[in-house]
Amino acid sequence: MEPRPKSFYFLSAFFVLFLVFLYGPTLTIGILSFQGPGGGLTFPMRGVSLHWFRDLFEQQAVGDIWGSFSRSLVLGLMVMVTTVVVSVMGGLAFRKRFAGSTVLFYLIITSLVIPSILISLGVGLIWSQSGLPVHWSSSGFGAQLTWTLPFGLLIMFAVFNRFDRSYEEAARDLGASPWQVIRHVVLPIIAPSLIGVALFGFTLSYDEFARTLLTSGSYNTLPLEIFGMTTNVTTPVLFALGTLTTVFSLLVIGIFLLVVWLLNHRRARQGSDAGKGMV
Amino acid sequence: MRNKSVIGWLLAAPLSLVLLVFLVAPIVMIVVVSFWGATEWSIYPAFLFDNYEFLLTSDVTYRVFLNTFKYAFITWVFTLLIGFTVAYYLAFHIRTLTWQIALFLLCTIPFLTSNIIRMISWIPFLGRNGIANSTLISMGVIDEPLEWLLFSDFSVILAFVHLYTLFMVVPIFNTMMRIDKSLIEAAADAGATGWQTLWHVIIPLTKPGIMIGTIFVVALVMGDFITVRFMSGSQSANMGRLIQNDIALLQYPSASATAVILLVTVLILIGTLLRFVDIRKEL
Repeated sequence: MEPRPKSFYFLSAFFVLFLVFLYGPTLTIGILSFQGPGGGLTFPMRGVSLHWFRDLFEQQAVGDIWGSFSRSLVLGLMVMVTTVVVSVMGGLAFRKRFAGSTVLFYLIITSLVIPSILISLGVGLIWSQSGLPVHWSSSGFGAQLTWTLPFGLLIMFAVFNRFDRSYEEAARDLGASPWQVIRHVVLPIIAPSLIGVALFGFTLSYDEFARTLLTSGSYNTLPLEIFGMTTNVTTPVLFALGTLTTVFSLLVIGIFLLVVWLLNHRRARQGSDAGKGMV
Repeated sequence: MRNKSVIGWLLAAPLSLVLLVFLVAPIVMIVVVSFWGATEWSIYPAFLFDNYEFLLTSDVTYRVFLNTFKYAFITWVFTLLIGFTVAYYLAFHIRTLTWQIALFLLCTIPFLTSNIIRMISWIPFLGRNGIANSTLISMGVIDEPLEWLLFSDFSVILAFVHLYTLFMVVPIFNTMMRIDKSLIEAAADAGATGWQTLWHVIIPLTKPGIMIGTIFVVALVMGDFITVRFMSGSQSANMGRLIQNDIALLQYPSASATAVILLVTVLILIGTLLRFVDIRKEL
């Protein structure tokens, strides 16, 4: 190997600083959430305790965080499943031009760049003016889809841009029906990317704030509950909650990465070449 | 041909339905309501230009409008410089694909955690008695705690850069990974210095990625209200904050009028940027 140029060491230092910038603050509140009972929102640590985590389990200290957590969890799963199914169908549709495909494409881009508060406001207005009950599982669910679907579709576009169509042709030559081609050729090849779409669908929904603000009704999701806490909670219990939800997010990401790894591992062991159909 | 379109429509039907109900209809509703009237506690259908007249004749609107652009521009500059450098390092200085993927994932993970928590996590760092101030004081750089670290334009932009740099890293990295490495060797063989290769080969070839990153960052910053509210301690405003304020006062028609102006601005800006890049081809 040729020796590293000087710029490598400079850029490595820059990259490390970038990682410190990315992770430093989160690690700081991770440490501060173990603050002793008399400690405040910043250093110094006044002892080390689980006091603030215990507080999370007491209703009067923090409000309804466990209820909001379970709502966010259910909503995240609903959004995840819908995002995967709709994105795959949409991705398949966009492989061929169809009348209206250009309009639909620009709608997807609009959905991505439109300020979130507009979705919140517009959906909220429609629901309230037509007398429908605003609820996280109806209006909130749809509002979040306008944020997760564009990401799902962009991933699907990227996947199908790299898709080697000769696999499908081979299947068709062997007499496979269109459905069989999708079920036994296309889906297995794109499966690892679908896990990526699912991960985006879940985490973007689980963390979404602005689009749920006016569309979730009287029961808060977790990000709304946390934001409410920032205005009236001035103890490290806020950090304890932040640490817990971040740990939960990291667990979810870890599980998804593990599934991808296991899928690839199993394929390699069975000598299957599914998933190699990418160019 | 007709048959093919039918299959396309069927596959695209769920997507179209969601976008119609939760994107198109809300936009139409906002445009309609922006002409409505409001009392202190209710709104009523009408066809008034009052909301727009009030907005367009108020100094506040123009100041806030300008502020929105200021945030977007400064954030864009920083995210571009940092994002490009990080992507360049990952794409051209890391030699194995495994390490590239691992380091790339390391950059991506924070994006999948809560934005609000990531904002909150700056408090112990930037506060009056926070880590930054106490470090600077103990180093003897300053005598008094700096007041402008938290709840200022500085902290707003810091949070934006912290939250959104990733949206630059990902598309730029994606484009850089597609650059044919032999082009860079050719540049070196032809006697180009590292800087010349960067300026004349890599940057021009990376432009589509830069454009996509720019679209993300500009759209996110211009549409934001929560970062500005939280990190400025409600002391600064952008368009999103104006809308949110009106909503809190139940002045939906006025909020809608501001929303229409914001939406038109964002769409014109993004539409202009889209002329320079074919998103579908670049993915």
